[in-house]
Amino acid sequence: MAAPTPSMLPQLLDKHQAQLMKDWLAGQRAAGVVVDVESDERVRRFIAALRQGASSNADDVKNADWAAARDVLEQISRERALKGSTPVETVMFVFSLKDPLFALLRRECGSDADRLAREIANAMHLLDQLGLYTVEVFQKSREEVIGRQQEELLELSTPVVQLWDGVIAVPLIGTLDSARTQVVMESLLEEIVRTGAEIAIIDITGVPTVDTLVAQHLLKTVSAARLMGADCIISGIRPQIAQTIVHLGVELDVISKATMADAFAVALRRTGRMVVSRAGNGKGASKAENGDKAAGKTGAGQSGE
Amino acid sequence: MIVEKSETLPVRVSEDVVRVRQLVRVHAVKAGFSLVDQTKIVTAASEIARNTIDYGGGGEARIESVTLGIRKGVRLTFSDKGPGIEDIERALRDGYTTGGGLGLGLSGAKRLSNEFDIQSAPGQGTTVSLARWK
Repeated sequence: MAAPTPSMLPQLLDKHQAQLMKDWLAGQRAAGVVVDVESDERVRRFIAALRQGASSNADDVKNADWAAARDVLEQISRERALKGSTPVETVMFVFSLKDPLFALLRRECGSDADRLAREIANAMHLLDQLGLYTVEVFQKSREEVIGRQQEELLELSTPVVQLWDGVIAVPLIGTLDSARTQVVMESLLEEIVRTGAEIAIIDITGVPTVDTLVAQHLLKTVSAARLMGADCIISGIRPQIAQTIVHLGVELDVISKATMADAFAVALRRTGRMVVSRAGNGKGASKAENGDKAAGKTGAGQSGE
Repeated sequence: MIVEKSETLPVRVSEDVVRVRQLVRVHAVKAGFSLVDQTKIVTAASEIARNTIDYGGGGEARIESVTLGIRKGVRLTFSDKGPGIEDIERALRDGYTTGGGLGLGLSGAKRLSNEFDIQSAPGQGTTVSLARWK
């Protein structure tokens, strides 16, 4: 795109800045681009940046001379991406400049068709590149948002809670893929070490589908916990899941219970505790007490209150 | 067999497995499947979709609501252009795996469906179709 004579774009932008701004903003409105209080400032900054880039005669917008123009577009793209605008709407910010700019060039070139063609080709080349750059940034911003959300989900979905002294639980929610399993396993094992838990309850009430991969992940987690000296109980197995697991032929070689409450009862029994209703208390308040087996142990249980 | 509705989804990344499961569930619910039957076909879909990605290098899934006389059902067809299966009989054996899984996906999916068919040859890709009736 080497023009034999320098492009008339810079001086044109100088001379007709006010007119161009007005036409461009009208064009943006017509193209469905959001025009707000910041639009004036943005349009002014972009025209100034365009002027700077065009006067450098560099026809690649990745060039350092176009840094200012890229800055403006980056800012707009990111903003739009976060607001949930469409890529088309975002790129129209740049493309809506074509009509007013070409009209200006036409007026300026008069009857010099050769010059006009050259100028328009040059301007189109620049604006197309800038438009593509806008889409690129837009896409990247979206991906950043998605990536961040994925990480947040991963963090959110794996809380390990202590139910009682020696009993911890992980409620699993959603799809149990390899990345999630890794996080679950790590936080579960860490918590086993930290609390010295003997029993870990893995609750899969929130896992909609238990296929062989999920089963395999569960079994791996259970074996790892076993190696750390904690027994696992899987709870939240619904009837349809139970039937499906049987048909799949998966042997879940681990204690399992329908509900977390059942699993907790087993865990208390196993650690030598039981829950009893307090006699004479009409409200049926219950508290955990040391059972027969652990009667000799002192300080093993926490206060029930 | 009359196809009432047919939808096709790409099966390329593990997120696609989730999408396939969700769409299969929608079809199963519409066909009036019980919760157990829904879970069975969804789980079978999950197994085969994952095989399509892991062994077939990605492909596509066709999910169809079908009727045969007064019976309603869901038919699934997973096809890929991967390396294909050398020995289908062995692939269907419980516990046989080439990928470090439990080796129950294919055989389990077969047990979870009423109709099950594999078309495959080395270098020819694989097509697995299965159906479950209400």
